[in-house]
Amino acid sequence: MLETLAFYINRAVQQGIPLLFGSTGETLTEKSGNLNLGIPGIMYAGGICGVIGAFFYERGAAVMNPFPAVFIPLVCSLAGSLLMGLLYCFLTVSLRANQNVTGLAITTFGVGVGNFFGGYLIKTSGSSVASLALNATSAFFRKTLPFASKLGAFGTVFLSYSFLAYLAVIVSLIAGILLRRSRVGLHLRAVGENPATADAAGINVNRYKYGATCIGSMIAGLGGLYYVMDYASGIWSNDAFGDRGWLAIALVIFTIWRPDTGVLASILYGGLYILSINNILPTGGVGAVKELYKMLPYVMTIVVLVLTSIRNKKENQPPAALGLSYFREER
Amino acid sequence: MNRTHSPLFHISKRASIPWYISWAIRAAAIVAAMLVCALVTMLLTGADPIRIYVTIFQGSFGTVRKFWVLLQELSILLCVSLAVTPAFKMRFWNIGGEGQVLIGGLATAACMFYLGDKMPSGLLIPVMIVASILAGAIWALIPAIFKARWNTNETLFTLMMNYVAIQLVSYFCNIWDRKGSGIVGIINPNTRAGWFPVLAGRQYLLNVLVVAVLTVAVYIYLRYTKHGYEISVVGESERTARYVGIKVEKVILRTMLLSGALCGIAGLLLVGGTDHTISTTTAGGRGFTAVMVSWLAKFDPIFMVLTSFLLAFLSRGSSQIAQNFGLNHSFGDILTGIILFFIIGSEFFINYRLSFRASSEKEDGSHA
Amino acid sequence: MEEKTAAVMLRDISKSFGPVKANDRVWLDIYRGEILALLGENGSGKTTLMNMLSGIYFPDEGQIFVDGREVVIRSPKDAFDLGIGMIHQHFKLVDVFSAAENVVLGLQGKLDMKTVGKRIREICDAYGFEVDPEQKVYDMSVSQKQQVEIVKVLYRGADILILDEPTAVLTPQETDKLFAVLRNMRDAGKTIVIITHKMHEVEELSDRVAVLRHGQFMGDMLTKDTNAQDMTSMMVGHSISLNIQRPEPENPQPRIVVEGLTVRSIDGILKLEDVSFTARSGEILGIAGISGCGQKELLEAIAGLQPVEKGSIRYLHDDGREEELIGKDPLTIADLGVSLSFVPEDRLGMGLVGSMDLTDNMALRSYRRGKGPFLDRGFPKRRAEWVVNELSVSTPGVTTPVRRLSGGNVQKVLVGREIASAPKVLLTAYAVRGLDIGASYTIYDMINLQKEKGVAVIYVGEDLDVLLELSDRILVLCSGKVSGLVDGRTTNKREVGMMMTRLGGGKSE
Repeated sequence: MLETLAFYINRAVQQGIPLLFGSTGETLTEKSGNLNLGIPGIMYAGGICGVIGAFFYERGAAVMNPFPAVFIPLVCSLAGSLLMGLLYCFLTVSLRANQNVTGLAITTFGVGVGNFFGGYLIKTSGSSVASLALNATSAFFRKTLPFASKLGAFGTVFLSYSFLAYLAVIVSLIAGILLRRSRVGLHLRAVGENPATADAAGINVNRYKYGATCIGSMIAGLGGLYYVMDYASGIWSNDAFGDRGWLAIALVIFTIWRPDTGVLASILYGGLYILSINNILPTGGVGAVKELYKMLPYVMTIVVLVLTSIRNKKENQPPAALGLSYFREER
Repeated sequence: MNRTHSPLFHISKRASIPWYISWAIRAAAIVAAMLVCALVTMLLTGADPIRIYVTIFQGSFGTVRKFWVLLQELSILLCVSLAVTPAFKMRFWNIGGEGQVLIGGLATAACMFYLGDKMPSGLLIPVMIVASILAGAIWALIPAIFKARWNTNETLFTLMMNYVAIQLVSYFCNIWDRKGSGIVGIINPNTRAGWFPVLAGRQYLLNVLVVAVLTVAVYIYLRYTKHGYEISVVGESERTARYVGIKVEKVILRTMLLSGALCGIAGLLLVGGTDHTISTTTAGGRGFTAVMVSWLAKFDPIFMVLTSFLLAFLSRGSSQIAQNFGLNHSFGDILTGIILFFIIGSEFFINYRLSFRASSEKEDGSHA
Repeated sequence: MEEKTAAVMLRDISKSFGPVKANDRVWLDIYRGEILALLGENGSGKTTLMNMLSGIYFPDEGQIFVDGREVVIRSPKDAFDLGIGMIHQHFKLVDVFSAAENVVLGLQGKLDMKTVGKRIREICDAYGFEVDPEQKVYDMSVSQKQQVEIVKVLYRGADILILDEPTAVLTPQETDKLFAVLRNMRDAGKTIVIITHKMHEVEELSDRVAVLRHGQFMGDMLTKDTNAQDMTSMMVGHSISLNIQRPEPENPQPRIVVEGLTVRSIDGILKLEDVSFTARSGEILGIAGISGCGQKELLEAIAGLQPVEKGSIRYLHDDGREEELIGKDPLTIADLGVSLSFVPEDRLGMGLVGSMDLTDNMALRSYRRGKGPFLDRGFPKRRAEWVVNELSVSTPGVTTPVRRLSGGNVQKVLVGREIASAPKVLLTAYAVRGLDIGASYTIYDMINLQKEKGVAVIYVGEDLDVLLELSDRILVLCSGKVSGLVDGRTTNKREVGMMMTRLGGGKSE
């Protein structure tokens, strides 16, 4: 029983990690006042860029070494999502374009890039199925602590993950502390709340918007990388990532813009998903009911959004300048 | 305010710009985007640019059938864009078109599924129409109520409603499909109950006509009615609206009802007039694309014919490229993305003026 | 009195905004360890002058000396480096941040909120502020927010503090507290400049007073050596004859009767207190007062846009019927047959829609006309053409967005629309603000024409000379209360000026 429970928690965490990366990245971005609806696309881009790096490394290298096998996809993924973040910033911050429109275009583009190059590589690899397997690279990504499996349920729940999973948790915690405690976090929050005041206080608003959005994009992109290299065991198939990007945005609202709360919330989201696909939640014998369970994260998010707006507690509102571009000379 | 290091150029908001210059800027952006698209395609396929452009063109105009597919794509996209536009004019960011279309489609499919053998087509189709309109309207009304009453962020709310709708559709797909694959398949394949009539031998003609009528109707509604006028005033300035006694909350609710109802009709056209089935991808991202179509057209229904043509044309053209050059279909999304980026970026040059500084001595004249 | 050294010397400072000279060769000395009151009417250039000292504007001409050394101040940061800090009228605070977070916003170095809180408490203890470093700004009263702004400036080490009309938003009790704090700061050696136009504040607080009028320096003196009469004359100058027409009212009848009107803002600040008066048909009732004394709330309360705490506003029909206007929105008021026009202060943010053309802006008042769902554009178009011809609005046509018109023409469009509906009551707020002389006279003529037609006009103005020549009667507001009601033909500028700056005009003191 304990073993089973531990197993499900383990699966829930693995399901939650991509969301955690995504929501941490998006939270940082939104704190700067940028509502980046391009996050789903950026996560695709982060995933596929890692896959491309891994693909060429696997093909090129005679002997696989752990360090480059991890390092190359990681850097490729970060670079890919950074470029997407820069594009978003250039359009919305420098050119002051509408954030919703730009974000949706980024998502169209990013998903397109992911599926196009995914399909391209699948074809190039001559695979007979519609997917690309990067087992060797994935094996390095999936490395866990050697003694985790010997520690029973404790090991399964806490120690049996790959480094990217721990990285997600660490990044979220750091982001939380950074936002709450540090000077940079204070300035970033000021930019998202009231850019004119931040500007008057001598804070470079555009620099913070660029910085937060680009770093946020890179973090979110890692969610795509984790999904394909770890969760999916290195197997890329088009559209498999699904709507996890949107779930990540939901998670931002659900956690009321707190990345550290995201650690537990992402496991909750992941857990709901795992429970529904494994028929653990009651379905009354109707398999279709599990589709309704998948609705739960979004419904919960709406409930949180509505409750926070009804209670109208100032700390729990979206950043006041979210979605608006800042132009100093506009009064 | 910071004059210690004066920047190389100065950005100021344009008071106005002649229409021909703004359209020249947009045209230049599209040309530049097409060049980049050709370059990208060349890099990936090695084909020469002329062939690429010809292929894009063939995608829409190669055969009569392709042309009809283009018209069908265009009209559905236009329909969703028309739907979200009244809300946008009111500065209500309804990005829940996807969900509202799906719910409209789901209501249509439910009528076809449950009532297909219980009533004649002459009755069934009106029932489908009413059901889809109601379903879409209710789906849009929910976030509107919260916006009007508690100022709940409508962008995030409508976004989440999309995925609730998708899961709801997914649920019914699983209920209706007894084989367990979750795919409904064609509904009423034999009786064709609830299928829209085929006009003049063209399956899509009815859809095209319906959307053409809606385009004119929405244009007239926004431009020539009291409601449309109120929407513009609320969108431009809520304070002015209150000053002249417009009830802002009422306008928000009414406009979102309309927005949702039109989305419901798009769902109706997709299920009753085109697919005769329902799946989670029935809306196919059009709810999101419509946001861009509407925004690019500056919320003007007539220009939206052009912008939705542009996007439908590109999507058909890049599918054709994908097919002819052995690339996969997502290539179209990449090209669409590139062109959108250029058009989105070009708006800056329409709204703002860049003036390069001759001397740094000049005051930048900012009033605090 | 011992010799004090000038901490700041302004010499021949000039600043223009377009054709308007905001400051014209101003000389000013600010001495260390004293409170200087910078006195002047609205638009006399006080704030502009101080903005140049705090780095918001850069002077066109002139020199600034700090401690005898000539300095160049190009940004607020330059000003801080010289120990100069300014507290603006509009606070620059982040609502969801605590006091401490706001205080350190923009500074560099490691963030240690404990130390910050400790230092803030030290500053509070030293001068008598009541700021809780942990408290969130959205939980604060206006007075507390102001204290945070002052602490923010002190935290950055300023020893010359400029406060721009700091009491405009405060209750009398809060004002007393603020003054106590400012005195403490002065006694601790800080230099304080307070921009004001309230006479009693000058007398109560300042050591020295400097007067500006129309952008020019009129002189300075020790407060104890002068009196309110002299300062008022310096501030308002001699009456200038403007030759505005003032026809005799014909058969004035009560039209709007306001009794015991009390209005509180959303923040709970008392904006109007027990205001009573009657506006009569065929008469112009001028409303005088320092800006922010409740004029806006008064007009908006009559127009049905402002929630009222208590009191009554009655409209009297020609046949003697009465309508209570309080608790009704503009539409309901119009449906009662009360024809009321309102020219609000914020032309493009409230009165008109900048991006719409003249026709559609005319339609704002008339679009509900007629049955059926369609908007009749013929009527507003004819009205727009009438306004353009009648008031000689210079515009390419009635399809031009009003945002593209000049300020004077925008105002003509707004006033034109409001009088076109042949109202019985016309409310105007700062109808000539920002307009040139020619346009101003056009507006006066329009208002007079309405008066002759028997309209009850309530004219809120800031230029006393105009009020004195245009109004039949003048209601003077002071801090939301009625300070006096005088006859426009017999009163003079000094009397009204005194009433504006002190309740009742100071006769009792």
